Amino acid sequence: MKEIVTAIQVVPMEHYVVLSMILFSIGLAGALFRHNTIIILMCLELMFNSVNLLLTAFSAHHSDPGGQVFVFFIMLVAAAEVTVGLAILVMMKRNVDSIDINQLSRLKW
Amino acid sequence: MLYLFYIFAFISVACAISVVASRSPVNSVISLILCFISIAGHYILLNAQFLAVVHIIVYTGAIMVLFLFVIMLLNLNKAIEPRKSLLGRVAAVAAAGIFMLTMLGAIKHGIQVAPGAEFNAGTGLVKSVGQSLFGPFLLPFEISSVLFLSAIIGAVMLGRKEASPRPLSGGEGQIQQTMP
Repeated sequence: MKEIVTAIQVVPMEHYVVLSMILFSIGLAGALFRHNTIIILMCLELMFNSVNLLLTAFSAHHSDPGGQVFVFFIMLVAAAEVTVGLAILVMMKRNVDSIDINQLSRLKW
Repeated sequence: MLYLFYIFAFISVACAISVVASRSPVNSVISLILCFISIAGHYILLNAQFLAVVHIIVYTGAIMVLFLFVIMLLNLNKAIEPRKSLLGRVAAVAAAGIFMLTMLGAIKHGIQVAPGAEFNAGTGLVKSVGQSLFGPFLLPFEISSVLFLSAIIGAVMLGRKEASPRPLSGGEGQIQQTMP
């Protein structure tokens, strides 16, 4: 417990900022260049998690529990979003028999 | 203690790259589970124990199992994904890389990360987070249950099979009746 408490003070804040930027960029690149809808959903989860990590780090460094409550709400929203997203994916597989995201490009018009 | 941070950070980044780069969706899901577990390790390092447990339960236990169920139910594991053109990939990676460089440059030169005023190690414990959750954040907490209800109803509505095909042209007085 005491070692963990010192870990908050030892690890600088910038490290967490850089780590979550890297994770967010990896998720962004994946969402941009993959075709598979299910992997795009997973990349969205990755981006959610990088933001969650950053919020938690700021919250712990500033001793404010409000940030962690926000992380809790982001998790709730992510769970709801994944439920509806996977239902849409099942519909898409059933209707066009593919999970290629380019099959839905007709939705643009 | 810094080396623990570096170990967890290395595991997170490596698994995230593996999520994006692997061809098979099941391998992506397994990598993403490992990435989430290492992020839970980060939460424990930050002394956010409530969030670490909730993160393991919600993400690793619920969401990723849901992904695995969908992949296995729909039999999506065949790598049928067509390769995108080289230009598209280079453009995507360059866009994400430029985004990352921009944000890092802004942090390095623009934003000063101020240190905390008074340090309280018990911020992330269940007591502190619970008092905040059921105190000033009680109304959003209740509203989120409505969000969940609508998500459940939406998922059921989207996922069910239509019982009979709808008649394409209505108004003719001919209503198709199909007996089950």
